[in-house]
Amino acid sequence: MGPTRARLDARRWHFQHGPIDLVLEAFGADAAAAAAYERAWRQFATVLDDLVGELPALRGEVALATDLKGAVARRMVAACLPYRDVFVTPMAAVAGAVAEEVLGALVGDGEVTKAYVNNGGDIALHLGAGESFRIGLVADVDRATRHGHRIAIDGTFEVTHALPVRGVATSGWRGRSWSLGIADSVTVLAATAAAADAAATMIANAVNVDHPAIRRRPAFEVDDNTDLGRMPVTVDVGALPEDAVAGALASGARRADDLLGRGLDWGAVIVLQSRVRVVGGVAAAARLH
Amino acid sequence: MTTHADPLSEPPGEDALQAQPGKIVCNACPVLCQISAGRAGACDRYANVAGALTRVDPLLLMARTLDEQGAVVPFAGGEPWDGSVTGKAPVFVTGVGSGTTYPDYKPAPFIVASPQAGVDMVTVVTEGIFSYCSFKVKIDTDRYLGPECAPVRCQGEVVGHVTTMEYGSQMLSLGGVHHLTGGSKKEGRVTCEVMLSLGNRQPVEMQIEGGTQLVVQAGHAPVINGVEEKRMRVGCGSATIGIFAQQWRGHVDEVVVVDDHITGVLSEHQAGRFLDMRPGGIKVIGRKSTPGRYFQVANPGLGWGGTDITDPLKIIKSIDRREAWPGERILMVSTTGEDYAYFVLDEALRMVPAEIPAPVMKVVERIGENCEPALCTVLFLGGAGGSLRAGVTENPIALTRSIKDLLTRVTCGGAPAYVWPGGGIMVMADVMRMPQNAFGWVPTPAIVAPIEFTLRRADYAALGGHMDRVRPLADILAHERHRVVGWDAANPWPLDGSDARAP
Repeated sequence: MGPTRARLDARRWHFQHGPIDLVLEAFGADAAAAAAYERAWRQFATVLDDLVGELPALRGEVALATDLKGAVARRMVAACLPYRDVFVTPMAAVAGAVAEEVLGALVGDGEVTKAYVNNGGDIALHLGAGESFRIGLVADVDRATRHGHRIAIDGTFEVTHALPVRGVATSGWRGRSWSLGIADSVTVLAATAAAADAAATMIANAVNVDHPAIRRRPAFEVDDNTDLGRMPVTVDVGALPEDAVAGALASGARRADDLLGRGLDWGAVIVLQSRVRVVGGVAAAARLH
Repeated sequence: MTTHADPLSEPPGEDALQAQPGKIVCNACPVLCQISAGRAGACDRYANVAGALTRVDPLLLMARTLDEQGAVVPFAGGEPWDGSVTGKAPVFVTGVGSGTTYPDYKPAPFIVASPQAGVDMVTVVTEGIFSYCSFKVKIDTDRYLGPECAPVRCQGEVVGHVTTMEYGSQMLSLGGVHHLTGGSKKEGRVTCEVMLSLGNRQPVEMQIEGGTQLVVQAGHAPVINGVEEKRMRVGCGSATIGIFAQQWRGHVDEVVVVDDHITGVLSEHQAGRFLDMRPGGIKVIGRKSTPGRYFQVANPGLGWGGTDITDPLKIIKSIDRREAWPGERILMVSTTGEDYAYFVLDEALRMVPAEIPAPVMKVVERIGENCEPALCTVLFLGGAGGSLRAGVTENPIALTRSIKDLLTRVTCGGAPAYVWPGGGIMVMADVMRMPQNAFGWVPTPAIVAPIEFTLRRADYAALGGHMDRVRPLADILAHERHRVVGWDAANPWPLDGSDARAP
């Protein structure tokens, strides 16, 4: 089946093609918003096919992924290259890169005052002068959606035009992609959505500790189409003692600090078994409950 | 987690790519995931259930809304609703995401008991796999889209045909078993895509053989040869004369309403005669039906009033010198008021364009005001009289009779379904009244559509229902993955405790 779209309400649209689900919204005059959605839809039409065309390279080590043609593929590689010292594939930034690419089309020529493209929690933002977005943080997705409605928000960020933040991404072992770590969630604010996506993946991998309550399995055993091969991915995390939680959080925070120093993120919120660590500029922007 | 089992699709057949042993290739999108038994693909929408490619979606529940804004009933104390049936019992379980069963004799995936206003109601919820189904599309336009019976093509494949024109609307019949499974593999696949898109309110581009190129989307204006249609005509040319004759009187001496079906000429028309209008002597071409009413003044087309006319003077046959007079004021207008021209006869009785006076323009504008917005409306038509009934009862004819006797109410995703009289259970529902993305597909190819049968518990027992499979609503809420959307307040509530015979 090809790409489909559905209007969610007066302003929001849902675009879906295969595994990609986007929710997008453009602010501005009605005609400008309508034109923006059409531009984004045209752009979206080819995104998955382009990715699939270069999928083998995108599922391999980032250092080997050269000469890619697709715009989204190139964004993925650019976002993941800074991490080539550890094993990472461009797929670590796929959600953010898709969001960013479609946002580019949505924003177009400047008549859209602000806009976002939310790709399953990895969000690309556009903010005109004086504009801002308030973004909710859900620490425990499992609990939040158990009843099919009424998602409990655990904290909020105010992302203003002045901040060097245009991307937000969340990673964790409970999410749709596999994690080497045990964080319930790592939410990263960064300059772009692809950068935030890659950074969230890397920080979430670092939130780790050895403990018998953590179950891991080789990635290929749990996912037929994984890019992680035999690497041990987290499949369950039981209740952990205080010191194990503190150790894992500290390890993740060190990684986040390191990325901060290299300009790869602007701030991160790490959640593990109801304990929260805030790193970098987020503290100023966030109100955590 | 509920599944859309797909009994009709074989483990990847001839057009599936070669999968690794023990895996199937999902061809629902270009990613072509290889999926082991018990696993889902990258999208989490399709899974491998015992070797069959299976759609995986949460069960869709609809919470009844109370206010006109459509806000969902707030649950007591702001806490998530615990499923207890309070006075308002606001939840209806739809077939969307319920899955289906195979073989057919298995009870439907969900048979839900929900006591309501003291009456025990049972809703049998399933997703039917419809090979025999189609979409009837009504396109509000007078423009000529193509000849009746002409094939309708999409991506080069025939997916349906033009059927009988109705009042102010062109009609298409799209999909159906003949195109789904009776033609080439590509014809079946494209037909399935077109049907899925129409049902899920997506735009579909199509070409009518010997006619126009069209974009059709439920609830939206049709786009004909790249131009969005604005208005549905107020009536045929004769009807337009009949509606507005009195308002023209005194401001204009003759009016010709150009229409592909019946072109009207005011002074000759019964309406003009009744107002004692002097005959204007303007003779139009075409075949006279009755006085002032003319068939076939031009060919059908995309011009004035659904004709191919762009210069209205082309339909003037002659001007009768015994009746016409210098200074006679003539309006020519289309049935939507979108096209109009105003003339005054000169000394030689020639029609000379002139500026249209304000009172005449006002009536032209009023024609436009009285036109409804042109829309595409899409009705799903599917036959549920076959094996699907075995999931409801051990004695399928009892279900058919119960529906005919109006003891059982049929809905599609909560939308009211019209049951066509006669044999079988042929249901028709407006896709705009169904939830978004209510339709699915299986690679057979066939269309998957939600269907619910609601009746009193005692009636369900009487028709041989699967009573041992009836589950309380609270049990469904507690144990099934689901999502809740607002009830469409325009739809009658299927669980109102009365049977379908109630007024």
